[in-house]
Amino acid sequence: MSDHEYTPKSKLGKWFNDRLPLLTLSNHLQEYPTPKNLNYWWTFGGILTFCLITQIITGLILAMHYVASADLAFGSVEHIMRDVNYGWLMRYVHANGASMFFLAVYIHIFRSLYYGSYKSPREVIWIIGMIIYFLMMATAFMGYVLPWGQMSFWGATVITNLFSAIPFVGESVTNWLWGGYAVDNPTLTRFYSLHYLFPFLIFGLVILHIWALHVPGNNNPIGIDLKKPSKDTVPFHPYIVIKDIFALLIFLIVFAFFVFYSPNILGHADNYIEANPLVTPAHIVPEWYLLPFYAILRSIPDKLFGVIAMFAAIFVLVILPWLDTSKVRSAIFRPLYKQFYWFLVADVLILGYVGAMPAEGLYLLVARIATAYYFLHFLVILPVLGAKEKTLDVPLSLTEPVLGGSTNEAIIKKKKEI
Amino acid sequence: MKNFFKSFLFFTIFLFYGFNTIAAEQSHKLLDPGWSFKGFFGKFDRAQLQRGYQVYTEVCAACHSMKYLSYRNLSQPGGPEFSEQQAKIIASQFEVTDGPNSEGDMFTRPARLSDKFVGPYANDQAATAANGGAYPPDMSVLVKARKGGADYIYSVLMGYEDPPSDITLDDGVYYNKYMPGNKIKMSQPLMAGAVEYADGSSTSEEQMAKDVVAFLAWAAEPHLEARHKLGFRAIIYLLILTVLVYFSMKKLWSRIESKV
Repeated sequence: MSDHEYTPKSKLGKWFNDRLPLLTLSNHLQEYPTPKNLNYWWTFGGILTFCLITQIITGLILAMHYVASADLAFGSVEHIMRDVNYGWLMRYVHANGASMFFLAVYIHIFRSLYYGSYKSPREVIWIIGMIIYFLMMATAFMGYVLPWGQMSFWGATVITNLFSAIPFVGESVTNWLWGGYAVDNPTLTRFYSLHYLFPFLIFGLVILHIWALHVPGNNNPIGIDLKKPSKDTVPFHPYIVIKDIFALLIFLIVFAFFVFYSPNILGHADNYIEANPLVTPAHIVPEWYLLPFYAILRSIPDKLFGVIAMFAAIFVLVILPWLDTSKVRSAIFRPLYKQFYWFLVADVLILGYVGAMPAEGLYLLVARIATAYYFLHFLVILPVLGAKEKTLDVPLSLTEPVLGGSTNEAIIKKKKEI
Repeated sequence: MKNFFKSFLFFTIFLFYGFNTIAAEQSHKLLDPGWSFKGFFGKFDRAQLQRGYQVYTEVCAACHSMKYLSYRNLSQPGGPEFSEQQAKIIASQFEVTDGPNSEGDMFTRPARLSDKFVGPYANDQAATAANGGAYPPDMSVLVKARKGGADYIYSVLMGYEDPPSDITLDDGVYYNKYMPGNKIKMSQPLMAGAVEYADGSSTSEEQMAKDVVAFLAWAAEPHLEARHKLGFRAIIYLLILTVLVYFSMKKLWSRIESKV
């Protein structure tokens, strides 16, 4: 929180603020000193907040018309698409909104990886973010089950069956999750209930995420600690607000193209076939945003270890602040890390691709290599780099004289190379 | 800024590319007769939808249900747009079971606009039994439920061929070039002249297939026209707003010694 005392001008404002300091909070949010060199990759935080609110609002409206029942769910979705006023719009925004939400969250996470935003003193922001990401995956998975199409049903069957790999209690745990001996009506109704609950948990965690951010303040592309407020920072309002709005609008144009012109391209055709426990689809694939984890799961021949590997893939991210031992945050000053960063990006994209393919032959081999590299990156390469990498000199401030007062990354880099 | 857009574009292209490659697993390239409803301004052709409905009701509906559509949909804007009177007449040709009445008995009456399309069979099991063990899928969302959509359905309708000499088919199984596995339990449904169009259009197999698939595409996505129209407006609005916000942002940031 900023150091200076804030006193409302009006008497009423002061009276109220002494009892509940909402005006102080509002003042803090406006004045919040933000590094002035933030690039557009930093606008995804605001975009994600927008996505969450959009999902909650469209979801609320869908919930008014949806019927959580194995016999009626599919029909009620068609009712929304056909008979509810603008129901098609609500559903397509909600379904594509999930994809856009994940697109934004992946950019947000990879931004953090590139600029070292997870490092001290921002570990707690990062960990809360990872919990949000995990809850997002759970929410999206359960949401995908609700239309009760073929992919909903079989996706739910595959994922819930993973828990049966737990030794001794696996079967009981799976039956407990299902509320019976197979994925059926009780599974659907509890998924619906939880799908409604989780976004509000996420909302609460987002508040903590932002609160934790406002203690040390934003990281920035140079990755150095800035004096706040100073010549290196600008007040959040209006400078960052308008920049976030500009980026959000561009994001919305892409979003609108999906919703209005190819609303089903990110989904799977089989989910327009009503769930049928007697017919298994040829390929059971999750939504695109879960594919890398699905590839990791399938690349391990043993079911239990596959499940462990999949959860470990998320867990290594949680402990990342302690795996990456380099004191330098931004990849701009870490020539080797920068290369490995792009290898990791490619590796995750490859995992996503093979996750959509049948787990056999060359695809399986590629998935195994990519899985091994994923863990190698976090568990071996990062700790070794922290100790061995020769980093470039880091400037002391954004306006340090040696840089000619420029905040332009390219110029800084050039100067550094000279 | 430039980098940002480049990367964003890259990401979006990657997404599209990824899904197109996944979708392109098909062994034969699907036929695309050129649909009026594709593209930014895509609209249905009313006369085509009306002809398509005729093919559906005279040919397909012998086996396939369409349980999520109501007769009133036939007269709604954006669809075949039969007049309300025509839709009422169409509905009245079908019998629905209603009740119980005040005596507690079920009774049948002619269908009304508010009734759902009457299916050919009492239930899925009856449909399966009557069709040699192959359930004729409900056609309400069929176009969206198949990879390749309208192109795929059209291709299957046009894809009946004599099997290659190395393939022997069981009784009641037919060879189709576009069906996954090339075997289909539906006999060729459209023969030239199977229906008689009131507007005098050709009743070639191609024309009928095109008409009925357009009708099925509308059935699966009855608000497609409204969606295209609203989408165009929304995107124009967003583009203008983006430009305005861009210049406001530039003006605001001109006070700061930093680029946006």
